[in-house]
Amino acid sequence: MRIGVVTFPGSLDDRDAARAVRLAGADAVALWHGDHDLHGVDALVLPGGFSYGDYLRAGAIASLSPIMTEVIDAANKGMPVLGICNGFQMLTEAHLLDGGLIRNEQGRFICRDQGLRIENNASDWTTGFAADAEIVIPLKNGEGSFMASDETLKKLEGEGRIVARYIRGNPNGSLNDIAGVTNARGNVVGLMPHPEHAVEAGFGPDTDDAMASGIDGLTFFTSVIARALVAR
Amino acid sequence: MPTIVVEVMPKAELLDPQGKAVAGALGRLGQTQPALSNVTGVRVGKRFEISIEGAADEATLAAVRELADTVLSNSVIEDVVGIHVQDAPSSAVA
Repeated sequence: MRIGVVTFPGSLDDRDAARAVRLAGADAVALWHGDHDLHGVDALVLPGGFSYGDYLRAGAIASLSPIMTEVIDAANKGMPVLGICNGFQMLTEAHLLDGGLIRNEQGRFICRDQGLRIENNASDWTTGFAADAEIVIPLKNGEGSFMASDETLKKLEGEGRIVARYIRGNPNGSLNDIAGVTNARGNVVGLMPHPEHAVEAGFGPDTDDAMASGIDGLTFFTSVIARALVAR
Repeated sequence: MPTIVVEVMPKAELLDPQGKAVAGALGRLGQTQPALSNVTGVRVGKRFEISIEGAADEATLAAVRELADTVLSNSVIEDVVGIHVQDAPSSAVA
C-alpha cells in the first residue's frame, strides 16, 4: 500500500508522518502542495505544522493549495484521508469535515502527552482499536479548541462521528471534549493530537512499563493498511 | 485607489481567547489608570483592505462579498460584520 504525505510551506511533521507510515508497513510517498498529482497513492496524510504561518486562519491558505483540488476529489470518492493537527484544520477549512478549530481556551500553546478514548472504531483509520480503547499520544498546538454549531454537534454525536475524545481533563476548551471527528463515510478523519509521534518505542509517551515506550499512534496507520487488504 | 474594506469578528457566542488576553492586560492597567477601569471586555477581529483598479462597481462588490464569506472568514467560527468602500487604503489618524 502507498500512502501519500503532503508537504505544505510550513509543514513540520511530514517526515514523522512518513516514518510512521513506513513503520506501520506501507510505502510513504512524498507529495507536494503545488502539484496537481497524487502519484497514484491509496491513502493520504495531511501532516501537522504551521502552514503559511497560520496566516488568515490555521489551515485556511493551505486548504486552497493546488493539490487540495485532487485531495478533495479523492476524499469525496472514498480515499482514506487523515488530517493531523494543522491537517485537521485544513480538512475543516476545505469543508471535508464539520466544525472548526479556534485558539486554545487558555490562550496558551499546549504540548503534552494526552489521554484519548477512541469512540468510533469503524472509521478507515481506527478499525484496529478495541471499542472505547483508551490511548495516550502527544498533543501540541495553539489552536486546537474544536467548535461547531449546536446543530452540527448534535449531528456528529448522533451519528457516532466523534472519533476521539479527550479523557482525564479537557486540555483546550473543545466542545464535548472532542479531539477528532470523521465524515459520514468514515474515510476522512481529523485529529488534533499526533499519532505519528507515538509509533516507535524510545520516542513515544511514557507508559507504566517504560519511559517513552508508548506506540498507541501506530494503530491509526496499521488500521488503514489492514482496511486496504480487506478491500482488495 | 478605491479600497474595499472587509471586517471579520469571531462569533459573538464563542470564546475569544485573544480578546480575553488583551482585556486581562487592560484590567491590570486599569489599576493605575482609572479611566480604563470601566472597560468590561475586548474582542479582537480582522480587517482586510482590498485595493482595486477602476470603480468599485456592483459586480466587484458582489465578488468581494462572496470572497468575504468563503475565504476571508470561516462561518463556523467567524462572522463578516462589515463591508464598505473607501477612497484609499487607510492611513494613520491625524
